[in-house]
Amino acid sequence: MLTFDAVTCVRGGRALFEGLSLALGPGDAALVTGPNGVGKSSLIRLAAGLLFPAAGRITGDATRALLTDQASLDEELPLARALAFWARLDRAANNVAVALDALALSDLADVPVRLLSTGQRRRAAIARVIASGAPLWLLDEPANGLDTAALGLLETAIAKHRASSGAVLVASHTPITLPDAIAIELSQHLPQLEPAA
Amino acid sequence: MSSALVLLIARDLRRAWIGGGALLPVAFFLLVAILFPFAIGPDAKLLARVGGGVLWAAALLAALIPIERLVAPDMASGVIDQLLTRGQSAATIAFAKLIAHWLAFAPPILLAALPAAALLNLSPETLIRVEIGLLIGTPGLAALALATGALVAGLRGAGAIAGLLLLPLAVPLLIFGAGSLDGGVGALKLLAAVSLVLVAGAPFVAGAAIRAGLD
Repeated sequence: MLTFDAVTCVRGGRALFEGLSLALGPGDAALVTGPNGVGKSSLIRLAAGLLFPAAGRITGDATRALLTDQASLDEELPLARALAFWARLDRAANNVAVALDALALSDLADVPVRLLSTGQRRRAAIARVIASGAPLWLLDEPANGLDTAALGLLETAIAKHRASSGAVLVASHTPITLPDAIAIELSQHLPQLEPAA
Repeated sequence: MSSALVLLIARDLRRAWIGGGALLPVAFFLLVAILFPFAIGPDAKLLARVGGGVLWAAALLAALIPIERLVAPDMASGVIDQLLTRGQSAATIAFAKLIAHWLAFAPPILLAALPAAALLNLSPETLIRVEIGLLIGTPGLAALALATGALVAGLRGAGAIAGLLLLPLAVPLLIFGAGSLDGGVGALKLLAAVSLVLVAGAPFVAGAAIRAGLD
């Protein structure tokens, strides 16, 4: 579904990581870890096609759903309608109710997005990913702002997605339970210092 | 037209209207038309002679008002990231924004030109020429506004820089638009040509600017 072949990432003239290879098939999960600034978010954006690798190749034709630190939901709309905009773009308008239910947000369906708390926003953004019906999920710090109960809902949703042969790439610095996940420790892919040319 | 394009246009239109955002350019347009007679004095003949040009300059300035909220908010809130991840091209996103911006901006200006023409003592013939010219020229103005909006998105003081960028590029529209007031069909054709070039080019310029803004 998604393959990284010796990928090097350069941001602002600085190499973040290099020689990173990874293959995700149906049902697989990969957990990217590493200290702040090591390039976890850049790796997710590379996988989403928002950045291009400086070297190496990224292949994969699966439809992707992206979770970043922004919910990207229209603030003035009720939650269900804000989610429905994205679901309609994904031709999956029927998924909204199920996705809201999976994150225990059904009671908030009529509340405008601007009134939601940080954790509720985060859950709404995860609901957007679920509603997309995309086989490949790219989750950047999905556990940020979630309480223990919500973290459990997220882990259940990921498990369910993998059981229906979806794949997930997670970048997180907080512990998250992903059984049999491919572990990627980015600090082991730091660029080798080369002698000045 | 694909359904995605329709969804994007509908969303941008809705967002342009909430909070009266789409009314601001119209209010500004009318304000210029109201201030001009005060500045020139109550010379009806003089006003009638310069009025058409005043309306064109007012339309141009009104086009500047919404620039900052055309592209920058969607880049900041990650909406553009989401659309690109879904395989929409940056040029398609920009094209949808161009159509939505024109729909939110041009019809109200065309309507507001009616009371403005009365304030400036324009003859019905001049008013019709102004309306035809604006109908042809506003897509070009909207295209310029979108391209500059995308170029300055994320910059500090974006509004002022956008004005400096847009106004020189809008001069051909102003020249041919005001030129058409004398009844020349040639000026209208040139106005249409300039407008067409701007509409055809702007989505790609804006798309490239959006892409460049990702890194």
